[in-house]
Amino acid sequence: MFFRVAWLVMRKDLTVEVRSREILYTTAFFAVACVLVFSFALVKEGRPLEDAAAGILWIAVAFAGTLALGRTFERERHSETLRALMLAPSPRAAVYVGKLLGIVLLLLVVEAALVPLIGLLFNVPILARPLLLAGLLAAGTVGFAAVGTLFAAMLVRARSRDVLLPVLLYPITIPVVIGGVRGTAALFELPPSSEMAGMWMALLLFFDVVFVTLSLWTFEPLMTE
Amino acid sequence: MKVDFEDVAVRELSRHYGRRRALSRVSLTCRAGEVLGLLGPNGAGKSTLLAILATLLAPSAGDVRYGDLDLRDAGPALRARIGFLSHDLHLYPELTARENLRFFGQLYGLDRVEARVREALEHAGLSQRGDDPVSGFSRGMRQRLALERALLHEPRLLLLDEPFTGLDDASVGALVTRLRALRAAGRIIVVVTHDLDVAEALLDRLAVLKDGRLVALENASGRIREHYRAFVVSRTS
Repeated sequence: MFFRVAWLVMRKDLTVEVRSREILYTTAFFAVACVLVFSFALVKEGRPLEDAAAGILWIAVAFAGTLALGRTFERERHSETLRALMLAPSPRAAVYVGKLLGIVLLLLVVEAALVPLIGLLFNVPILARPLLLAGLLAAGTVGFAAVGTLFAAMLVRARSRDVLLPVLLYPITIPVVIGGVRGTAALFELPPSSEMAGMWMALLLFFDVVFVTLSLWTFEPLMTE
Repeated sequence: MKVDFEDVAVRELSRHYGRRRALSRVSLTCRAGEVLGLLGPNGAGKSTLLAILATLLAPSAGDVRYGDLDLRDAGPALRARIGFLSHDLHLYPELTARENLRFFGQLYGLDRVEARVREALEHAGLSQRGDDPVSGFSRGMRQRLALERALLHEPRLLLLDEPFTGLDDASVGALVTRLRALRAAGRIIVVVTHDLDVAEALLDRLAVLKDGRLVALENASGRIREHYRAFVVSRTS
């Protein structure tokens, strides 16, 4: 029942997104613009600042993720459909998991476009350890989206939700961003440091477990107004 | 676990939003085979009461009992017996009418989903528009579809917030007939409406709310307009 509901909610979100392509296009455009602006500022004569590529990648993911979270829940607010989901006879945490999976998938698609761009503009070896890089991005994205989905759902009826979401989200996800940046920077070094990247990925997985568990635990009471 | 109940009882129910009092010590009961109307001016607390009955809102004080089951013990099994038509309709505009109904049917874990969806579209008069996105529907069409969405899982308790909004005369008549049939089938129906003509034709009892307080709870007996004037209009002036 739990996973079936999560799957239904995720599939519904993706169907709506495939029809409108609104969030994917705006999020991808915003992330790419963010990387381009930083590359103009931080790449001098073809040489970027040390570790800048990893930092900019994760800043773009965080900014684009905030945009995607806000827009995804704005849709649910439009016809108060989040209330209809809360009224369904399924564990409310399953709705949270469905929304989380939808946002993670969307962000992974955006990241698939961002990483080659970062490789091109900052001249970093993105294919040196591709599986480890993909694992770091996935682990970091889950941690960021886990907290973001909870806060975006909580704030869905708040008047100043657009301001409150980043204000609440960024301080709490700092460990995820630091872990992602340090792990990715280790992979972008020459030669890449798999041990260091593996350690940061383990830390990210730990954050994922903590954040997802806390979110599953608090979602139902927080959503019952 | 399947839950069923023959009445819904509200006792000394209060709900505060910070210092603002939306509901204050409201007590009433609604039984199976009865249509209870919640009347009152804007901001009287009608929608807050419906949201609490729907388990979407926690009361600040007081009890709600669904038969022997307390609101605080409410879980998925109780929610499966509640149908809620909100003023906001709870439909995804990007999805078609059929996809909306199918999604909620699957979410509720219903059997024969496709057959139920087909019947619901027929009831809503939307069989020919079932594969059109809801964003292209008029308010009345959305309203009819939203009602069918709320009825798809055959709830015992049906909560309707302004169900006649945007409907033409023929649709209002059809909805009144439908609600009478549901009442005869033993559903508990609570309707919020400002349409006193429709209320005259449909309600068995009316509860009048004003400033969060229950100011009247009476049998409708065909004198709703009089009751409403007596308890709301005259007290406002």
